Amino acid sequence: MRYMDDSVVMKRMTKRITFNKVWKTLFFLATTFALVMLAILLYRIVTQGIDYLNFDFLTNFASRFADKAGIKAALVGSLWLMGVVAPVSIILGVGTAIYLEEYAKKNRLNDFIRMNISNLAGVPSIVFGLLGLTIFVRMMELGKSILAAGFTMSLLILPVIIVAAQEAIRAVPSEQREASYGMGATKWQTILRVVLPAAIPGILTGSILALSRAIGETAPLVVIGIPVILQFLPDNLLSQFTALPMQIYDWAKRPQEAFQYVAAAGILVLMTVLLLMNSIAIFIRNKFQKRY
Amino acid sequence: MVSQKENKTTSVQQLIANSRNQKTKKIVEKAMPALLFSAALISILTTFGIVFTLIFETFEFFKRVSITDFLFGTQWLPFSGKEPLFGILPLIAGTLKVTLIAVVVAVPFGIASAIYLSEYANEKTRRTVKPILEVLAGVPTIVYGFFALTFVTPMLQQIIPGLKLFNALSPGIVVGIMILPMITSLSEDAMSSVPNSMREGALALGATKFEVAIKVVLPAALSGIIASVVLAISRAIGETMIVSLAGGSTPKFDLDVTDSIQTMTAYIVQVSTGDAGYGTTIYYSIYSVGFTLFIFTLVMNLLAHYISKRFREVY
Repeated sequence: MRYMDDSVVMKRMTKRITFNKVWKTLFFLATTFALVMLAILLYRIVTQGIDYLNFDFLTNFASRFADKAGIKAALVGSLWLMGVVAPVSIILGVGTAIYLEEYAKKNRLNDFIRMNISNLAGVPSIVFGLLGLTIFVRMMELGKSILAAGFTMSLLILPVIIVAAQEAIRAVPSEQREASYGMGATKWQTILRVVLPAAIPGILTGSILALSRAIGETAPLVVIGIPVILQFLPDNLLSQFTALPMQIYDWAKRPQEAFQYVAAAGILVLMTVLLLMNSIAIFIRNKFQKRY
Repeated sequence: MVSQKENKTTSVQQLIANSRNQKTKKIVEKAMPALLFSAALISILTTFGIVFTLIFETFEFFKRVSITDFLFGTQWLPFSGKEPLFGILPLIAGTLKVTLIAVVVAVPFGIASAIYLSEYANEKTRRTVKPILEVLAGVPTIVYGFFALTFVTPMLQQIIPGLKLFNALSPGIVVGIMILPMITSLSEDAMSSVPNSMREGALALGATKFEVAIKVVLPAALSGIIASVVLAISRAIGETMIVSLAGGSTPKFDLDVTDSIQTMTAYIVQVSTGDAGYGTTIYYSIYSVGFTLFIFTLVMNLLAHYISKRFREVY
């Protein structure tokens, strides 16, 4: 006596297996969509910008004429900006992370700080621009300076650095701390000489990635009102400056077609800087990170 | 005897020195937590700074424009000299158009690639695709905006003849590409955390991989997936450079996606790059728009937080 009809079962099975195969292909194609888009984007920008990218482009100031336009002021301005953002955001971020991971007891205030950090990470960058405009540019009277923009950008990337540093500190096994206490070290000595050295690769990787976000961020700079056509380089933290994404935005907006190519060349410079920073981050991650 | 005495004196000196050290040690031990706590306070001050800035300047704005006109007005004409109109609805409509198009692009592709990476792909594929997605997520938005304006719009214009140079469609699609990696990686995390025993149970009953993915993994990871989509929507709402480069600056309260629009973020950019002086109604209007934007994204972020907490399946 047969309970199953083989032919019916086989028919259903074939259908289900084909279904599986078809969907697998569709899922795969969906995955390649993102990769194809990235490839098109990079290809377009390289082909558009490569002709304008030469030594003159790097050493010229901005100009009304596309042929003479250069990115010097923006490139130097972005470096100055990073000179403010990097120390401010890393010191504040790592400090907060140490407090939350090593000192904070479980109470309402500390829960509020944690919750607050995750919410800050979701605030649009343009709103940080409004904060910077009111507090740093107007109330503290820093003007449209490197310092005002740098403080704004630091606050923007602070949550990213805090979370990265927290993860790095948490990954240090507690045996190491206990061994240090057992030798008679105090809490701060343990943090400074045991926890931080072990966590530094993770902290650095996260910080560089956060800084690479800050270097490409445009919206807060637009709101603060950073100028775009500057014929001089900044000489101190309170001078006016312009930055790479700001300059690219200005070029991309212009109706003349030639400026599209200049913008593409500017994007190439920005992407090269980003690529460099990301490579350094990945290098540090692979070379120094220990697994416990 | 003599040497012992000497030893004693040195050890006393050492003790004194030690106790001095102890004192500075004690001060450091006490001071450091306070110092670190003040660093942690900066993040709270930032939130307060944002909220108070927005509230005070918006309050100033409402002294000049009535709240009901602002909330329910269907015309946003701040620059029309004599009788400027500040009805936020056109800006919200512009923002929602772009967000909706972005979601339509990003959600199917994002979840499909998350399923592929988590259920079908082998370790090697996953290790090549994930860093590429990270690169895509790290591309500055100004670059995406340039891409939308100089590539996607001209391409779409060949397909849709009536499409204007500035429209909602092109920035919508590009914002979709921008939030795609976020949905993929967060959804993939949610699916990967579904325990293998559940997959194996279904496979042992004769299910195909597709059935396992759709009927077992997807429902189990649903809260994480929805949370990722809500977070991505919040990002799309706050996105600025793509919409201000490719979206235009014509706030309209309608459903047309082929014509020039203006989003909340693009309006703030337009005023910031223009020459509206400090203290004018237009100046204060960017804070009221920023406040509206802030509330939209805050609600979305809290919703994502709530969904992933409340509906999470724990194994």
